[in-house]
Amino acid sequence: MDGIFLQQMVNGLTLGSVYGLIAIGYTMVYGIIGMINFAHGEVYMVSAYLAAIGLAVLSFFGVESFSFLILGTLIFTIIVTGVYGLVIERIAYKPLRNSTRLAPLISAIGMSLILQNYVQLSQGARQQGVPTLLEGSLRFTVGSGFVQLTYTKLFILAAAFVGMAALTYLIQYTTLGRMCRAVQQDRKMASILGINTDRIISSVFIIGAAMAALAGVLITMNYGTFDFYAGFIIGIKAFTAAVLGGIGSLPGAMLGGLILGVAESQFAGMVNSDYKDVFSFSLLVLILIFRPQGLLGRPHVTKV
Amino acid sequence: MSSVTLNKTLDASTPVSKALDIKKSLIEALVAGLLALIVFGPVVGVVLDGYSFNWHPTRVAGMTAIVMVGRLALSLFTQTASGAALIARFKGGDGGVHVLAPDYKSRLLWIIPALIVIAIVFPVFANKYLLTVVILGLIYVLLGLGLNIVVGLAGLLDLGYVGFYAIGAYGLALGYQYLGLGFWSALPLCAIAAGLAGCLLGFPVLRMHGDYLAIVTLGFGEIIRLILNNWLSFTGGPNGLPVPAPTFMGLEFGRKAKEGGVPVHEFLGTAYNPDLKFIFIYAVLFLVVLGVLYIKNRLTRMPMGRAWEALREDEIACRSMGLNHVLVKLSAFTIGASTAGLAGVFFASYQGFVNPSSFTFFESALILAIVVLGGMGSTVGVVIAAFVLTVAPELLRSFAEYRVLLFGVLMVLMMIWRPRGLIRISRIGVQPRKGVAP
Repeated sequence: MDGIFLQQMVNGLTLGSVYGLIAIGYTMVYGIIGMINFAHGEVYMVSAYLAAIGLAVLSFFGVESFSFLILGTLIFTIIVTGVYGLVIERIAYKPLRNSTRLAPLISAIGMSLILQNYVQLSQGARQQGVPTLLEGSLRFTVGSGFVQLTYTKLFILAAAFVGMAALTYLIQYTTLGRMCRAVQQDRKMASILGINTDRIISSVFIIGAAMAALAGVLITMNYGTFDFYAGFIIGIKAFTAAVLGGIGSLPGAMLGGLILGVAESQFAGMVNSDYKDVFSFSLLVLILIFRPQGLLGRPHVTKV
Repeated sequence: MSSVTLNKTLDASTPVSKALDIKKSLIEALVAGLLALIVFGPVVGVVLDGYSFNWHPTRVAGMTAIVMVGRLALSLFTQTASGAALIARFKGGDGGVHVLAPDYKSRLLWIIPALIVIAIVFPVFANKYLLTVVILGLIYVLLGLGLNIVVGLAGLLDLGYVGFYAIGAYGLALGYQYLGLGFWSALPLCAIAAGLAGCLLGFPVLRMHGDYLAIVTLGFGEIIRLILNNWLSFTGGPNGLPVPAPTFMGLEFGRKAKEGGVPVHEFLGTAYNPDLKFIFIYAVLFLVVLGVLYIKNRLTRMPMGRAWEALREDEIACRSMGLNHVLVKLSAFTIGASTAGLAGVFFASYQGFVNPSSFTFFESALILAIVVLGGMGSTVGVVIAAFVLTVAPELLRSFAEYRVLLFGVLMVLMMIWRPRGLIRISRIGVQPRKGVAP
């Protein structure tokens, strides 16, 4: 147990909790309509821009205190990103509900190209950044080295935990959550029982986008920089997390995110940080080959 | 109550006498405008500049106005008779394959020899710029044909297709660097190497569910690109590698021959012409494209091609009929991958060097857009789409930055409007001969 190991553990848990938040969007959409929402990574990218815009506008109007700044940015980002989720679903997926199996996937790829280029055209191709909001850190001496836990990372862990707890409450204990679960189990039966399935599918997209928005604010706080291409890599990694945990399962997405974040950070720290993306993608390929149902998922059964 | 419903159904079937519901259209336009304002407002209206920002309210107002007017027009149009007819056509017109009469003879058959004649005469009149554009178009035709076998015929969504393309291109560059291979030896070897890579990737992967396949292939394409980018000592990293010019029967296309070779222009006794290299690549590429077209045309009529399409339409039925679905998919995957390998060799020698930035995910998406636009499984459509999507951006240089946006819009619209592509696959029907026992 040396300092580097623990430090990478901390980094991995922070990164992983954010992967988990984005993975929720993939897993919920997959659970409910059985498609991979390819544009979800791009939704995260848009939310990172929105977070920076929110911060800039709030500071422009003289908001100084950290709590108001972060609260205002979070609310703004979550609402606008939620609308993005809704609009994307309405334009690119809803007309294809009864189309061929490949159609929504290709449409999603088109949507992700649109979002990338749209942000590039309106915000410019250069890297964007936000100032550091929370200064300071805790330091623990471990053996010969030390572990540094910045307040930003603590805030991210706490915020991700609160976000996941809120989502669990929403899905487990509210009427909307019960309807979501019903539609996930059997869409036709749920609609016979009087649930407006179209509206539930839309709200699942909104919930997924809102979680991605939370992730966008948190990652932007941690790294400080992003560009219009940021959604692609993070999107695939979050999808890996969703598959690792078992696609369709909410606790699986969170668990998968944490495991992937820790594994990737340890690989970067112990082996080679140039190949950490290769490591994550190889992990994705291996999981899909050997255990496609993931850790907590059920195996896929085709019925005639 | 029941009479009202009856009236409504009557109205729907005879939409001529229906009055326009302007109030409903206005509400729809307002909602669309509100959503557009929320969506465009922050991202378009507040442009980040360092840690501060600039306002652009007029851009937001313009885009919102366009969305509102567009939604209003769409809403009003769908309420008219012609609009309703159009919607009905969208909903109904999605048959699989269009079957022609058994004795059908296409009146367009003369086009093929005409095109071949044009293609032969073309390099005489073309300048270098036009030649390079057409070579690029032909490379994408090759890529489109290969991916069309995988996506269009076999129905397997391959998002890492560019990985096989990279194997072909880097196969030539690395083979030259380390083994001294030339263009001609690399051409078959790279096709085989890409095919083998497809086979190796496909074997474990093809058992899985369709959407997972898309993601695994995407991951594979990215792995190849990242390795090419990071393995500095072997692949040259982001700086890339040089690629030798092709040779023809040992004759070289440079101004001065290397290591005792003979340049073509000295052999022929003419002046040095730098376009000669491109004319040569064009000629070989054209022959290869013709060959691939022929092979593909034959394959679709063979049991293997029929099995691909059957598997695309209904996998469970196929497996119940005893088709080995892994082998059938694997053959499509391998043939598609080796075609990409061929295209990669041509791309590398056309460009003169290779680097990883030519093999990003966008390239895969572009090839997919070619297949989607041309029509899943349609050969003619793919050839036309490849030329349109590669030549059009060259002609419309001023819109270059909107290119990706346009591809995206095209893909979404095509999926909504015509998921099977612009050109429908038509096939000549078969009639049993008279007097032959069935």
